[in-house]
Order: sequence, then structure tokens, then C-alpha cells
Amino acid sequence: MPYIDSSLRACLALIALWALIGLAGLLRPMSLGFVGRLLFPLGALCGVALAVVTATNFGTPTEQSVLPVGLPDLPMHVRRDALASFFLFLLGTTSAGISVFAAGYFRRGEGTAPGLMCLQYHLFLASMGFVLLADDAYAFMVAWETMAVSSYFLVTTQHGLPEIRRAGFLYLLIAHVGAIAILLSFGVMQGGSWQFTFDAMRGAHLTPYWAAVAFLLALFGFGAKAGLVPLHVWLPEAHPAAPSPVSALMSGAMLKIAVYGVLRVTFDLLGKPEWWWGLVLLAVGLFSAIYGVAFAAVQTDMKRLLAWSSIENLGIVFAAIGLGIVFHGVGMNSLAALALIAALYHSLNHAFMKSLLFLGTGAVLHSTGERNLGRLGGLIHRMPWVAWLTLVGALAMAGLPPLNGFVSEWLLLQAFLFAHEVPRTFVNMILPVGAALVALSAALAAYVMVKFFGVIFLGQPREPTLTRAHDAGVLERIGLAWLALGCVLLGLLPAYVIDALRTVVAQFSGVSLPRTGAPWWLLVPLAGRQASYSAPVFLIALTSVVLLAVLVVRRFYHHRVRRAAAWDGGSGRMNARMQDTAEGFGQPIRHIFGALFAVRRELPSAFDSAPRYRVVVSDRIWQWLYVPLGTLVQRTADTFAWVQQGRISTYLTYSFTTLVVLLALML
Amino acid sequence: MKPIEILTQGLELLAALAAAPLFLGWVNQCRAWLQNRRAPSVWLPYRGIRKLFHKDAVIAENASPLFRAAPYIVFGAMLVAAGIIPSMGTRLPFTIAADAIALVGLLATARVFQSLAAMDIGTAFGTLGARREMMVGFLAEPALLMVIFVASIISATTALPAIAENLATQTLGLYPSLAFTAIAFTLILLAENARIPIDNPATHLELTMIHEAMVLEYSARHLALMEWATSLKLFNYACIGFALFLPWGISTGTGGPLSLVASIPVLAAKLTVTGAVLAFIETISAKLRVFRAPEFLAIAFMLAVLGLLVHLLLGA
Amino acid sequence: MAGTSFDLQLLNLCAALLLLLSFAMLAQRRIVTLVNLLAIQGALLFVATLLLAWRTGERHLYLSAGLTLALKVVLLPWLLHRLIRRLQVYWDTEPLLNISGTMLVGLLVVVFAFGLAQPIAALASTATRSAIGIAVAVILLSFVTMITRRKAMSQVVGFLSMENGLFFGAMSATYGMPMIVEFGVALDVLVAVLVLGVFFFQIREQFDSLDLHHLESLKESPAFEKSAPPEPVRSVQEH
Repeated sequence: MPYIDSSLRACLALIALWALIGLAGLLRPMSLGFVGRLLFPLGALCGVALAVVTATNFGTPTEQSVLPVGLPDLPMHVRRDALASFFLFLLGTTSAGISVFAAGYFRRGEGTAPGLMCLQYHLFLASMGFVLLADDAYAFMVAWETMAVSSYFLVTTQHGLPEIRRAGFLYLLIAHVGAIAILLSFGVMQGGSWQFTFDAMRGAHLTPYWAAVAFLLALFGFGAKAGLVPLHVWLPEAHPAAPSPVSALMSGAMLKIAVYGVLRVTFDLLGKPEWWWGLVLLAVGLFSAIYGVAFAAVQTDMKRLLAWSSIENLGIVFAAIGLGIVFHGVGMNSLAALALIAALYHSLNHAFMKSLLFLGTGAVLHSTGERNLGRLGGLIHRMPWVAWLTLVGALAMAGLPPLNGFVSEWLLLQAFLFAHEVPRTFVNMILPVGAALVALSAALAAYVMVKFFGVIFLGQPREPTLTRAHDAGVLERIGLAWLALGCVLLGLLPAYVIDALRTVVAQFSGVSLPRTGAPWWLLVPLAGRQASYSAPVFLIALTSVVLLAVLVVRRFYHHRVRRAAAWDGGSGRMNARMQDTAEGFGQPIRHIFGALFAVRRELPSAFDSAPRYRVVVSDRIWQWLYVPLGTLVQRTADTFAWVQQGRISTYLTYSFTTLVVLLALML
Repeated sequence: MKPIEILTQGLELLAALAAAPLFLGWVNQCRAWLQNRRAPSVWLPYRGIRKLFHKDAVIAENASPLFRAAPYIVFGAMLVAAGIIPSMGTRLPFTIAADAIALVGLLATARVFQSLAAMDIGTAFGTLGARREMMVGFLAEPALLMVIFVASIISATTALPAIAENLATQTLGLYPSLAFTAIAFTLILLAENARIPIDNPATHLELTMIHEAMVLEYSARHLALMEWATSLKLFNYACIGFALFLPWGISTGTGGPLSLVASIPVLAAKLTVTGAVLAFIETISAKLRVFRAPEFLAIAFMLAVLGLLVHLLLGA
Repeated sequence: MAGTSFDLQLLNLCAALLLLLSFAMLAQRRIVTLVNLLAIQGALLFVATLLLAWRTGERHLYLSAGLTLALKVVLLPWLLHRLIRRLQVYWDTEPLLNISGTMLVGLLVVVFAFGLAQPIAALASTATRSAIGIAVAVILLSFVTMITRRKAMSQVVGFLSMENGLFFGAMSATYGMPMIVEFGVALDVLVAVLVLGVFFFQIREQFDSLDLHHLESLKESPAFEKSAPPEPVRSVQEH
């Protein structure tokens, strides 16, 4: 666009446009056609434009500006550098697909007027974008709070149901606890200058002690938003409660904003990170990954399963960042760059994969009305478009080549391969074991995805009402296809993505991955280490072998097929309830990882006329950490409640005493 | 691409395709001998596959296209994997596209598609097999990656031909770390290929099955492809073991076509001995309960990590 | 590895096998096999001492090797087997932690030992100093074996294995202890086993079992009870 000569202004304009689209929803709040057919697709186009603007500007120099909004002496500073551009790109592309899906998804009976939802949704997008551009603590916190509040309203769309209200409350609570920690971290980082712009924080030189305090506070705050264990309890509640496009946006985009926050604080605002910070991140990330995926495997609600899976993937992203910090701290620069590139790549991959899966569950939910995995099944016949597109997402999430999930995992394992060269005594032995834990969580993710896809789409329908399921509409298909295409392209063209990420990482961390001069279809991260991967060649080889097999078999033999009933051991009494339930499929995990779960089983006795078996798997951390904490807060509040006597004379006495004390002090 | 590379690649693929059922037949024959039974012919698997191709396929009424496509995908994945593993020579042009980690990913692809196909019909046995197979898989995959890691750390690369060449051209020596990882790899091989002590390949009791339960619904050419893919998987695992631990005899970077031809009898000899050893291990072991399998694989994992630690400490 | 002589490679192999045996002992449930593993450990020590004696030419190491053979491969295992037969204790099936948990703890212990040994190894001047880490690991693993077992017999085997580790550590760090120290330690171990054998009979007579948890009932509070079996009515299990 000729009159916008700066990409910063273009980004700001697009974000403002999002806000305007949101406000436009209030013009005709009850009209589904206006909101769904006009406003949401417009929002999607803004997203695409944002992606295009930022993708073409990864390498351009940083731009800064001061906006004339805000308080009189406290204007808002904005800045667009490579890191912000990358996350804006992520936001733009992911939200484009989700907005198109949402255009066809929202309908009457969601609990909130469509126009209002449009406002909340686009404000959510705009605030996320503004967080990425903010260059001082004030702008950052305003945008962060807007993000939290708008997403709270989106989560509680169906506010008539008490469990959804509870989930929203928990989400808001933990979001604010995190926000306090972030605020405190900013307070530490200003280092005595009492200027809260990021430039001042970059210039402030903190002692290692205070830098560590700032880092840990920021980790706490951003970790609460990202869902790192033990601050993850809101995720499995809020994501299922929200409508599916909102869950997709939260999982796909909002969690990555937390990743952005950690990267910004660690590498940009705090200057040079210490290597042991990386160990903390690595430990927290790996534990979150294993915890998240083990819980995902035992869930019976499809959206809770995906929420726990998000916890796992964010754990892997943070583990990769931690590994990068460790390498950075000991001076192994190219490996640090590789690990950070793997972290960013995995963030991008997860945004696409998880959004695709959440949107798929949305289509299933709308079509069948069921969220419980125990009441689904066999939907591949009734909803082929949704099923096959969701299969792409499931295979990508399982980390299978040649899709995108495999590439980021491959890069991370390549970085771990050289972790034993770190010149610190115990660390160089523990780090390769970390690689095994990453591999374990990836393998468990495959288990979870087989369960997810197999129980929902394959097999026989577990409820007779499922025969009335219908496939998704045109807009929904476009949204799903957009995200699936993203998964495929990110998997087939990793060299291009890594070229872009190389610039980003070099700018914010100062370490760069040297170029290796390999052709576009070959991925060679580290020259001279002889490890390479080529997704296009891989795909061509696999498909040609498969097609060759098909052709040879058809040429030399026949392809006659007869249809018959499924084999039932000769008993003739097989029905749909005999296949695995979701709980049954997760039973090996419940058995093997039993130490992580708090399991409550109700077993029938021999004399029951209507025997029932019931298993409830819940989070131990909730019982050990949150319930005692909640009880403590409640008791403290109760103790201080005596202050609220209810009598006017007591309150007047309070004011009188305060006045007298202040006057006395003045004397 | 040089002609020797194309020759190596093609020869390996053909050898894998042709020799895999023979290897399976040999293992079955050794088992029969050790158990004092009359052995079936070593060519029986070929006859079985050929018979199956001629039959009409009977498919359940509610089978989806995934069910029909899965055998081809699994077979294709196993064949592509055979092209990555340096069983006869190290100059394989395809390996620039896929290293050892991609190989593990390929095996995972086959496993995932097999499990999905097993869940497709919606019978109790299919889902049982799928869940158990994924359980064994998610425990075996990190152990296998650790084994490959140890070998990669010793050779500073994850490309299998480079690892094999590195070990083959070094002076003969005792590597305790490789010994540990070799034991771990044997345990993983037994687990992933559904041999005793994890699974009985000859069982007909559905409740004890892991692998067999997944292919219960398949018939005719689909079953033939699945069976062939299973024997290819065993062959591939044996060749991975040779590449990582016993690479001597393969045609390395300096040999000509003659060294390639000379590697064939070496490979045959290695496979013969391995088949006999495999049959021996299967005969002296009893099948474990299903939930002892995680402990079995945990031991494999620990051995692999131990091998890594010993390598870091002793430099051997 | 190119460049190291063959006997050094063999020594490294012995060290690695020693570690493997300690791990195997950690996971072993049959007490007879435990004692056999101990005997194999002794045999490995014998081979390692012989190799070291041949490599360095020190005469006292030959004597040490002979002592190891007589005591650790022949006498002690025979004593222990006799004890097992007379006490009729063959299985130790209820360790503190399940197999995967013990393996994990063992692995962490090994990492700790290896990390600990690196600065120590830098101070030593022998060619086998890299094996000090393995010796420390064997000692700590034997300790873990002793902690996680319930039968007294397994604990004795753990104790003896710890002594084996100590011996190996001394050998790799300083080419063996002074003869007088070695004689003294060997005598102590022999006497300990004999005395423990007497003790086992006493324990067995008192409690009718060699389960060490019964020793806990020697305090004032009520004795250790087994958990009640599940009731026949509808039950709710929580854990």
C-alpha cells in the first residue's frame, strides 16, 4: 500500500481495523448474517494482510514509535522488531483460518448475541496484536489485561451454565495472578530509573541476583498464561468451556503470546541470560510435557484432551527455549540458535495443528451435540471433510514425517544430540536424558492422537443419534482446509521457514545459525555434522512406493472386494458398546503413570442389581496445591472479616481514628 | 548420483523385499528345531503371501477408505525404511532425505496407521490391539531413540550410513557402551516385532494378542501386504542392529561393485546367525503379562541410558 | 577409542560389566540368582586385578587377585548358598519401590556418581582413573539395593557388593590398597557374614520369617498389621 511506508504503521492500522470490526458488530448485534458473513471474513482478511506484511519484513530494521494515546504524561511506545513480526505472522495466519471457520460456526443459542461475540473476539485479536507491539510496561499491561478480559467474556459465552462460569472465574483468577507477577517483574527490571519503557529496561544493568528475580517472576507470570505446571489448572477448564473457535484461538495464539513474553524478557530486556535459567526452563518444560500428555491420554472429553495436549506442547517449547539458553550461556552459539529456532518452529506448528484439531471438535460438537468421547464414533462416514482434514492435524500432532510436527521435533533432537558437549559436570549427562523425555512425550502424543481420532471418527457409532450427524458447511471447510494446508506446507518447506527464523533468532538473541548452502528441498541445520532431512523427497518416495504397490497388485492380481459383517468370534452378539471407550483406551497410561493421577474408582459389588463402574481421574496438583491455598485464603479472609461490623458508628470510628493518627504524625 | 549408488539402493530394496519372508521362515524353522517339532518349510511365508493375493478381499460393512488404504501405506513405509538402512552398502542416495530419527518417525507412521486401521471396524479386539500396540510403541520409541543417540554421539551424526561407516572403518575394539546399547536394542527388537516375551506371534487367543489383534479384520491382498510388512519390519530391525553394532562386511565409501556383491553373503551369514539367536531367545523366554511389558522396555531404556553414561565417562 | 591398548579396553569392559551387574542386582527378585551375580562380580574383580597386575607388574596385585578368587568367588558365595538352603528363603518379592522406580533411582545415582568422580579422577595418576566413577556408582547402587529390600539376605548381598565396589575403586585409583588393609577388610567381611548368619537364625526363630519389617515390632507401639482385604460391598478406592 503506497501511503504506508512503514510496516509498523501497517501493523497498527490492521490491529485498529480489527478493533473497528469488533465495534461494528454492535451496530446490528442480533444479525447472524451481518456478523457471520461480513465481519468475520473481514477479520480473516485482516489476519492474512497482517501475515503478509510481517512475513515480508522479518529482516527489515526495527521500527519504534510513540503513540499519542494513553495518559497525558505516559504515552504508549510501540516497536516492531523481528520477534514481534514472527509472532504477528503466527497470529495473522492462525486467526485467518479460525475467523473463516467462526464465520460459518456461530449460530443462535450460543448464550451471547453474535454482535457482542464479534466485539469480544476482535478485541481479543487486537489486544493480542498490541501486546506484541508494545514497547513499554504500561502499553503492555493494558493490552495484556484487555486480552485477559476479552477472552474471559469469550470463555463464558454460555454463561447460563454454572460450570462454565466457574471455569471462567478460575481462568480470570490465574490470569490475574500471572499479571501481578509480570507487573512485579517489570518493576524489578526498571532498575532504579523509574522509567517503564522497554528501552529504559534494556539500558538498566541489574545485578545477577535481581536479574534472576526478574526472570523468575516473568517465568511465573508468563508460565501461568502458557499453562506450565503447576499453574496449568485453568487450561483444562477454560478451553472446553469456550466455544471451539475461541478455544482454537486461545490454544493457538494466546499461549504463544506467553512464549513471546518469556523470550522478550529473557533475551531483550534482561540482556544476557544466565545458563542456569535455561536449566529451570528445561526442567519445568519437560515436566509439563510429560504431565500434560499423560493426562491427555486418560481424558474422556475431547476438548479437555486437546487442552492437556496444549500443556504438553507448550512444555516442549519451553524446554527448547531452556536448552537454547543453556547453550547460549556456555557459548555454544550455533546450537543455541538451533534450539531457539526449534522452539519458534514448534510454536508455529502447534498453532496450526491445535487450531485445526479444536475446529474439528467444534464441527463435531455442532453436528452431534456431544463432547464426551464415550458417545461418539464412526463419524468418518457421516462427516468426511471434517474427518480427513482433522486426520491431517492428528498426524501432524503425532509427529509423523513429512508433516510439520516432525520437523520441529527433529530440530530439537538434533540440538539435544550435542548437549553432552556442554562443559558443566552434571549437566552434560542429564541433558541427553532430557532428549529421551522429549521423545517419550512425542511418542505419547502419538498415542493420544490415535485415541482422539480413533474414538471420534473411526469404529462404530456409540450412540444411535450419531446417524443424524452432518458434515461441516462451506466456510468451516475453508477454515479447516486453510489450517491443514498450513500444516502440510510447514512440513514440506522447512528450509524456507528456517531461513526466516534464522533472521528472527539472530536479531533477538545475538546468536545465529550459519547458512549451509543447501538447496530448497533439503534441510541441513548444522553444516559438517551430516544430518539432513528432505520432506519433499521423503513424501515423493513414500507416495510413489505406495502407488507402485497399488498398481502392481492391481495389475497382477485382482481388486475384488466383498462386504460382510465384522468378525465377532462367531458369537453374533457384537455391538458398538464393545469397542474401546476413551477411558478404556487410556487405561494403560493410567496404569503405567499411576503416580501422577489421583484416581477414584467405584466398583460394583457382587450383589448389585444394576452394577456400575466409575473412574474419575483428577489432578493431584489441584488437591495438593490449590485446595490448601484456597482454604488458606478463605480462612485469612474470614479472620479479617470481623472488620466489617455492619454498624455505621464502627465505620465512622475507623475514619476518625485514621484522621487523628495522621494529624498526630504531622505534628 | 553415481551408478554405484543407484545400484546399492536398488539392490537393498530388492533384497529386503525378497529376503524378508525367508528370514521369518528361517526364524520359525529354528524355533521348531529348538522345540523338537517338525519344522515347516522356510519358503512357507512366500506361499502364504502368494495364496493370499489370489483371494477375494472380504471387508466389514462399516470399513472406511482408511482401512483399505492402510495396508499399502504400512507396506510402503516399511519398504522406504528398508531403503534408508545400510544393510549392504553405505552409499545410499536416499539417506540424505532421511536420517535415523526420520527412520524412527517412519516406523511410527506405520504403527499409527496400523492402529488407526485396527480401530476402524470398531470391534473389541481391534481396539484392544491398537491400544496395546501404541503402549508398546510409546515405550519402545524413546528407548530406540536413546540407542540411536548413543551411536550418533560416538559418530557425531545421525545419518545411519555414516554411523555404520564410522564403526566399520575403525580398529577393532571393545566398546562397553555399544555392548549395553546392543542389549537394549535386542530387547527393543523383541518388543517392537511382537516376539516372545512381549507377544506370541503364533497365538490364536485374542486376549493375549498385541500385533495379531490389529490384523484380525484383514483378508486376501490386504493381509498379504500386512504380513509382508511385518516380515519387512523384522528384517529392517535386524539390519539396523547390524548397521549400528556389526557393520563389518558392508560396502563402504571406497569399494566398487565387487564389494557390493561380496556384502551379500556376509549379510546372509549375519541374518542366519541372528535368526538362530532370536529363535533361541524366544524359546528360553516365557511370554510376559501385558503390564510387565513396560518394565521390560524400561530395562531397555535404562540400558541405553547407561550405555550413554558409560560412553561419556570412559570415552568408549 | 583408537590408540588405547587391548588390556585397557578389557579393563574398561570389566568396569562396564561391573556396573551392569550392580543394576541387575538392583532388579533381581530371586535370592539364589542374587548370590550368583555376586559371585560373577567377584570373578570380574579377579580378572580385572589380574589384568592390572600383568599391566603394572606389581606382585602384591597377584596376591590380591588370588585372595579375591578364594574369598569372593568361592568361599562367600558357598557360605551364602548354604545359608539360603538352611533358611529356605528363596524370593524377595516386595521391594520398597517397583522395578521402574528403582531403575530410575539407580540411574540418577549413576549420574551423580559419574559427575562426582570427574574431579577425583583428575587428581589420580593411574591409567584406569576413568573407572573411579563406576566404582562410586557400584557402591551407591549397592546401598540403594540394601535400602529397597525387605529380606535380610538381600541386604547382606548388597553389603558385600558395596565392598566389591570399594575394592574396585581402590584398584582403579591407586592400584590397590596396602596388603595389610586388604587382609583386614577381607577378615572383617568374613566375620561379618558368619555373625550375620547366626543372627538370621535368631530372627527366623523369633518371627518365623526373614522379613525385616518384623523387626519394627520390637518397639512399644502395636505391631505392624497387614491391610484389610476389600469388603464385599460396593467399594470406593482412592489413591
